[in-house]
Amino acid sequence: MGDVMTVEQKKIHPYKFNLWLGLAGIIMMFAGLTSAYIVKRSQPGWESFTLPRIFLYSTIVMLVSSVTIQVALKAFREREMARYRLFFGITAILGIVFMIMQINGFYQFQANGMKMIGIGSNPAYSFILAIAGVHVLHVLGGLIAMLVIVSRVYGKKKRNYDSVPIEIMTTYWHFVDLLWVYLFVFFSLLH
Amino acid sequence: MSNEIAVQHGVIPHEVHEHHDGHHHHETFITKYVFSQDHKMIAKQFLITGIIWAIVGGLMSVLFRIQLGYPDATLPWLEDIFGHWAKDGKIQPEFYYALGTMHGTILVFFVLTAGLSGTFANLLIPYQVGARDMASPFMNMLSYWFFVLASIIIMASLFVQTGPASGGWTVYPPLSALGDASQGSKIGMDLWLISMAMFVVSQLLGGLNYVSTILNMRTKGMTMTRLPLTIWAILFTAILGILSFPVLFSGFILLLFDRHLGTSFYLSDIVLGGNILPNEGGSPILYQHLFWFLGHPEVYIIILPTMGLVSEVMSINARKPIFGYMAMIASMFAIALLAFLVWAHHMFVTGLNPFLGSVFVLLTLLIAVPSAIKVFNWITTLWRGNIRFTPGMLFCVGFVSMFISGGLTGIFLGNSTLDLHLHDTYFVIAHFHIVMGVSAFMGMFAGIYHWFPKMYGRYMNNTMGYIHFWVTMVCAYVIFWPMHYEGFAGMPRRYYDYSGWESFKHFVELNRVISFAAILSFLVQLMFVFNFFYSIFKGRKVTTQNPWGANTLEWTTPIRPGHGNWPGEIPEVHRWAYDYGKDGKDFIPQTEPVGKDESTH
Ligand code: HEM
Ligand SMILES: [Cu+2]
Repeated sequence: MGDVMTVEQKKIHPYKFNLWLGLAGIIMMFAGLTSAYIVKRSQPGWESFTLPRIFLYSTIVMLVSSVTIQVALKAFREREMARYRLFFGITAILGIVFMIMQINGFYQFQANGMKMIGIGSNPAYSFILAIAGVHVLHVLGGLIAMLVIVSRVYGKKKRNYDSVPIEIMTTYWHFVDLLWVYLFVFFSLLH
Repeated sequence: MSNEIAVQHGVIPHEVHEHHDGHHHHETFITKYVFSQDHKMIAKQFLITGIIWAIVGGLMSVLFRIQLGYPDATLPWLEDIFGHWAKDGKIQPEFYYALGTMHGTILVFFVLTAGLSGTFANLLIPYQVGARDMASPFMNMLSYWFFVLASIIIMASLFVQTGPASGGWTVYPPLSALGDASQGSKIGMDLWLISMAMFVVSQLLGGLNYVSTILNMRTKGMTMTRLPLTIWAILFTAILGILSFPVLFSGFILLLFDRHLGTSFYLSDIVLGGNILPNEGGSPILYQHLFWFLGHPEVYIIILPTMGLVSEVMSINARKPIFGYMAMIASMFAIALLAFLVWAHHMFVTGLNPFLGSVFVLLTLLIAVPSAIKVFNWITTLWRGNIRFTPGMLFCVGFVSMFISGGLTGIFLGNSTLDLHLHDTYFVIAHFHIVMGVSAFMGMFAGIYHWFPKMYGRYMNNTMGYIHFWVTMVCAYVIFWPMHYEGFAGMPRRYYDYSGWESFKHFVELNRVISFAAILSFLVQLMFVFNFFYSIFKGRKVTTQNPWGANTLEWTTPIRPGHGNWPGEIPEVHRWAYDYGKDGKDFIPQTEPVGKDESTH
């Protein structure tokens, strides 16, 4: 059995592998959207803009949440469940704050006369809404997954120390974080 | 023992133990036949759902072929069935467009993508790589149920007041973006988009699983270069899907914005019903780029799995190793790679920069090289083989014939100068129906006839199989060959009635011949469906484990395997899958160790 275990450890867990493939798909989707954006930008009728400051702050929130989820994962691996729960919770709250800030940012666009939707809207702003909006949905998806993980812990009678779900969650969370940083830089440079 | 634990531990550990005992706990009707997580059952679910869709989609083509073949006829029974869609016994224009659009959508996505890949990826991956099930059986089940959800939504769209989407299977804006532009652009279009979104989710869930099972769960000794070509083909298919469907999705998101939030991604300077619309700054060409970036890989998502099936069935029935195994893999790789680099050949007439156009011409024509290598290898596999003309084998030969005919016309279209004339004519219809539609169906039939004994423990009826093949083959050429001439003459696709056009009215009789063959071939497919269901219950029973004398692992399982496939340990693999007619032996299964003085391939 000894050598069996080593074989297993070398192999990547199939669920994690699935996650990586899924991330490749998500990357393609955003590559599609951002390249559409680039194509549009070079065409007449594009209005340039500066991103409201709130998007900078939301970026910071997102970066911090990446740190907290990493701390949570580390705590889980060391079986420090109290610390794990605390930081997992903080991450979730930061995620919610991030979403609120993003949506607030969209409203600021509209308030500044840069219409994203409806008559008189400009594709430049609509793109921000579409792309950042789809990103927000991915954050929401992450939050739902967190909820599932938490509820599973309470649902089971036995204690469960399987770290795979948390590891997958952490990877995904870092991914949506990086994705947003990419989008933020992208929007800031190509406005 | 050690081997399979190593592979499977951590995935479904408790299940693995369960299989060792060889009995199955708490399987109810629901978990066995409905919400099944067994790859074999999911494969059957995909297949039967696909068959139902094929009947629906085929029936639609019969209806619009009636209109094209008999534009002046009044058929009161049509009105009895379809009400105001066929007022006065004539198929109304809106109905005609809806039929064409739905026929395309259903056949391309629901039958030849989900029905085909869903069936054979699920059936063959665990069997042929030597695994008890998929990496995540649960995701696999979800994949099927998302497909069902997509099916229900699109089916519902057929019954709404204003009818289903009707702007062509590519749903180009502005027609698809403006609800007021046509009947089919209203709620039917929304349902189409929602359904396709579910469909994409289904494809991604399935695709992730296929790739990770193939890469991570192969049995001991099953190196990548010992995999049967079916598995390689499915691997490339799944990767194409994972990378291209999300891009389609992004195109749909923007389309939904334009439809409901008043944005102008795809819209600019439009006059609709005398009113000038406020939308400015958008471009419908943007949609075409996003669509065809999926759309072109999509056609290979359809054809690659059938290439794998054909390679496998052909080698078995020629009793010869597949010719050029590595070349087959390399050309599939080349096809998969190039598939992402040629999408603009669907857009030569959109005002594409001619220099850019010439780059796409070059890349497009390059695809002919790996395609030709594959054709060459199939023909060489047949060459001097000990051919057994089973129905499956006949369909393999039919596949190669069709693929050659349709591939050659692709080379015409790939030259932008010729395409300026041929674009949006019946020539294109002929091209893609032959190379994709009929070929893929032939490959799929080959797979069904061949693996039916594994799926149901019975054979399909051979006589009906032969009739099915010959009538289908002849009809396919009678239907599509003349369309090339119509296309050369400039006859546009998607028109409702050609009899009113001076330039095309002499084609009315030809169209009637085509319609006749189309209806005949539809009836023969119904015979196949009958054969299929009849044989499930009444077919001749399979009595030996390996009826075709094949090398791959699925034929080492019991005739009717339970969940987990092998009652004992998963067999170990020692050689590739194509040792037919080697060293005086008819076939040598993959599980047989390599002899002392034996050379490996
Ligand atoms: C030798 C290789 C091929 C070449 C050079 C080629 C080239 C082309 C070109 C240039 C077009 C655009 C025609 C137009 O709209 O004006 C086209 C259409 C199409 N091709 Fe091919 N093709 C090839 C093989 C295939 C294969 C293998 C498939 C599918 C399995 C396929 C499926 C299609 C489809 C579905 C369309 C039409 C889509 C539509 O407009 O509705 N082609 N092909
Ligand atoms: Cu193409």
